[in-house]
Amino acid sequence: MRKYLFFLLVVFTGLIISARLFYLQVLDTSSQISSQNNAVKKVFDYPQRGFIFDRNGELLVSNQPSYDVMVIPKNVDSLTPDLKSEFCELLKITEEKYDKILKKAIIYSPRLPSVVVSQFTKDEYAFLSEKMWKYKGFYIQKRSLREYQVSNAANVFGYIAEVNKTIIDKNPYYQMGDLIGKAGVEMEYEEILRGKKGVKHLQMDRFNREIGSYQEGVFDTVPINGKDITLTIDSRLQEYGEKLLINKRGGIVALEPSTGEILALVSAPNYDPKILVGRERSKNFTKLWYDTISRPLFDRVLQGEYPPGSPFKTLTALIGMQEGVVQKNEKLICQGSYNYGGKKKLGCHLHKTPLNLSEGLANSCNTYFCKIYKRTIEKFSSPQEGIDNWRYHLASFGLGNYIGYDLPPGKKGLIPSSDFYNRWYQYPKYKWYASATISNAIGQGEVILTPMQMVNFTAAIANRGWYYKPHIIKKINSVDTIPSKYTNRYNTTIEKQYFEPVIEGMFEVYNEGTAKNIQIPGVEICGKTGTAENYTKIDGKRVQLTDHSIFVAFAPKENPKIAIAVIIENGYWGSRWAGRIAGLMIEKYLKGEITRTDMENFVLNGSLLEEYKKPYSGKPFKINY
Amino acid sequence: MLIAKGSKYDWPTIFIYIMLVTAGWVNIYSASFNEASLSFFDVKQVYTKQLMFICLSALLIVFILAIESKFYERFSSVIYLVALFSLLGLFFFGKNINGATSWYAIGGFTIQPSEFAKVATALALAKYVSDIQIDLTTYQDQLKSLIIIFLPAIFIILQPDPGSALVYLALIFPLYREGLHGMYLSFGFIVAALFVATLAFGTIWISLIVLLIIGILVFKTKKKSIVKYGVLAVACIGFSISVNFIFENVLEQRHRDRFNIVLGKQVDTKSIGYNTNQSEIAIGSGGWTGKGWLQGTQTKGKFVPEQDTDYIFSTVGEEWGFIGSMGVVLLFLTLIIRLLILSERQKSQFSRIYGYSVASILFFHFFINIGMVSGLLPTIGIPLPFFSYGGSGLWGFTILLFIFIRLDASNYINH
Repeated sequence: MRKYLFFLLVVFTGLIISARLFYLQVLDTSSQISSQNNAVKKVFDYPQRGFIFDRNGELLVSNQPSYDVMVIPKNVDSLTPDLKSEFCELLKITEEKYDKILKKAIIYSPRLPSVVVSQFTKDEYAFLSEKMWKYKGFYIQKRSLREYQVSNAANVFGYIAEVNKTIIDKNPYYQMGDLIGKAGVEMEYEEILRGKKGVKHLQMDRFNREIGSYQEGVFDTVPINGKDITLTIDSRLQEYGEKLLINKRGGIVALEPSTGEILALVSAPNYDPKILVGRERSKNFTKLWYDTISRPLFDRVLQGEYPPGSPFKTLTALIGMQEGVVQKNEKLICQGSYNYGGKKKLGCHLHKTPLNLSEGLANSCNTYFCKIYKRTIEKFSSPQEGIDNWRYHLASFGLGNYIGYDLPPGKKGLIPSSDFYNRWYQYPKYKWYASATISNAIGQGEVILTPMQMVNFTAAIANRGWYYKPHIIKKINSVDTIPSKYTNRYNTTIEKQYFEPVIEGMFEVYNEGTAKNIQIPGVEICGKTGTAENYTKIDGKRVQLTDHSIFVAFAPKENPKIAIAVIIENGYWGSRWAGRIAGLMIEKYLKGEITRTDMENFVLNGSLLEEYKKPYSGKPFKINY
Repeated sequence: MLIAKGSKYDWPTIFIYIMLVTAGWVNIYSASFNEASLSFFDVKQVYTKQLMFICLSALLIVFILAIESKFYERFSSVIYLVALFSLLGLFFFGKNINGATSWYAIGGFTIQPSEFAKVATALALAKYVSDIQIDLTTYQDQLKSLIIIFLPAIFIILQPDPGSALVYLALIFPLYREGLHGMYLSFGFIVAALFVATLAFGTIWISLIVLLIIGILVFKTKKKSIVKYGVLAVACIGFSISVNFIFENVLEQRHRDRFNIVLGKQVDTKSIGYNTNQSEIAIGSGGWTGKGWLQGTQTKGKFVPEQDTDYIFSTVGEEWGFIGSMGVVLLFLTLIIRLLILSERQKSQFSRIYGYSVASILFFHFFINIGMVSGLLPTIGIPLPFFSYGGSGLWGFTILLFIFIRLDASNYINH
């Protein structure tokens, strides 16, 4: 017994220790996680965001270094009152604010850096960096922000901002503090512009200090720079468009019909993209965000839905001819109004009669288009079939649905279907007929379109029957392709031959008709004015406002180089504002200079601000004068 | 002749010794490695110093084996006295490091006499007990043996270095082997068990359990031993109460914390529990096969304090995994068992007692150290033999072991 007791004890102890090690190392995996958490830190290396150029190679958006003053609270010596007030003056903050920031930093972590004041400019940095040595524990960290070379196209560029929790949860690529494109091209081409951040795994010691790379960096990745992109935008045209829209609300969108490239995309009111960079960013953004009256962040071209008014007659004409319910030479009589069986007649204005199709367009005769619209619908045995067939043709122009351009915001507009009217009129309890939808013929009633949809159908007319989807991307640098949906041609359901009489009519609008006031020497424009009734609600009552001024056009007549749609909210008749602006834009693009300076002065000096105040004045007001 | 006798040395033991020292150095290299200084011959580096200590150990071994084995028996009393004086001298000339005056500083080096005093005590004990006139069944001789053991221990406690002193308890085992009544060991176990159980469950529960067990014993045996069991019961309960009293009033808060953490009564990963917690994380993160030499993230991050000395085993755990840890554990177990077997075959009682002492001391160090590092035992700072960084420790254990190898060899020749 005396010989073996100790021997047994040794064996027994050996078993206990083996069991303990087996538990710690094999059964219990929690240590592996704790180990990874406290010993290895990931540090990200941010790549340069891609630049943005315009179609002529002009640099629009680049990057600028921005400087944040950081602090590691542990290393801070308490400042003497003199030094402190001097430092606060440098940082442009009050001493109370300084104390608050420092307290917050300590609570966050005494050992890790916190931001004291962010986004100093290059000049401020130069000044600051000379004095930083006086303040122990503080240092300046460089970051990369956007630098805008132009003061326009903010709605096209969009902006970048720090990711929020929702994005982080959805996409594991992003981490707190990362920047992401939140609107416009920055959002649409986020993955191309941002590149890919690199990651370094650092071995940490127990004081959370870096002591080298983890496993000689086998898990590390190198950042991949973002790619530069070239937009289809013509920067000079964009700038000019924004200038023309000063003191007006509305939108201008211009395409190159032969490619679908967006030449200008102007929404007014707008803002200078530069104000969303730097220390004033959040103040400025809040101001834009809460301006619910002029809504500068609302893109009127992409998100604004308007009754198209008379320009829609071109489509009524095309569908009528395609369906064989009217010949281009057939003359119809207008008696100054159209009686469709409703409570009152649909009015028309004074013009010669009878008219053929081109003359109908040139004079914008309501009666003419109501008649052929009715024939188009009534060609079928039921109005449901008629409406759906009409809608089928319109859909081929990209109307009534998202067109598929490469910018984030969008609206479908509305091309009503038979289901829409069945619900509206509670079919089959009540029946409805073509005449109930007659306003569609002239682009009023239920039809609504975005300016982008208007310019798209105009481009399709300019091309005599086909279009490319509008797009803003011209080239992704170092990748020569753009998404294939922008290089596919989309055909409309209308045969080529039917476009000539419509184009002839649009040319007459400019030559002899409602838009002859905008004639520009040496430029053959085909256009169509529109004057759209619109309503708002004041104290729950539906109130009519001054009509929207609308104009769609393309030029030149043969081999069109530009298609354009302009809408000026509450601008009254079509050629008053929209026509003139479209004319100026076309001349600017085609000729590079303005000969109609009288017209230019009228637009530049004109303001609709008084008009926009009316609904908010609280007093009764007159419209359309 | 040294060479001729060479074949008589116990090569398995020497082989295990070489394995342990080598493995120890490899892990010290990893634990103290820093990428800033790659110079191998930088004498400021811990691993370079340890390599020097190892070389010096080789020299020591040659000396120890060269000396006639009778010398150790004959001069054991002198060696013991020298050791006692060196411990006493600490109170006058010692250097205070980390709160304990356990070192002599000579030039740039420090020497810790308590590491060598173990050898001296084992020799003195073996010499005393092997005397033909000594009878361990008599109280007088028992007392003298215990004085030999506990005199240096008391000096060490006063330094204060209670961890190193605790190891002297190991020398009870050779006494038991030589005839000390089993009661002492049982007493020791009961005291230890009552102590831990009281802290874990409280005096009331322990009293109830003690009464229950003794009640059963009384019921099963004859009535005449009732008084004896009664006294035992009162003693146990009294001890349990006094443990509570000592724990709350005599021990310092840091000692209380150490016990409470191991007993799971107190969760603490930051201050006092930091060492144990980080050590467990390091060992646990090794998994089956470990992260590989120099690849331990916890080791590189220096998360485990004292990792090259008392906590060296956490590096083994992290970088070599369960397989590597078990390798080290098995080496120690094999060494201890090998020493026991060798002791039993010794002709002279002196050699046997000494061998038993060596095995007991190594066992205590091994169990307490690995128990502490893996979170089984409270924090008791003693090194892992042959493994931990430190010249005094390495030399102390080397001398301890090789004196026995020398004794064993001469024993063989006599045969």
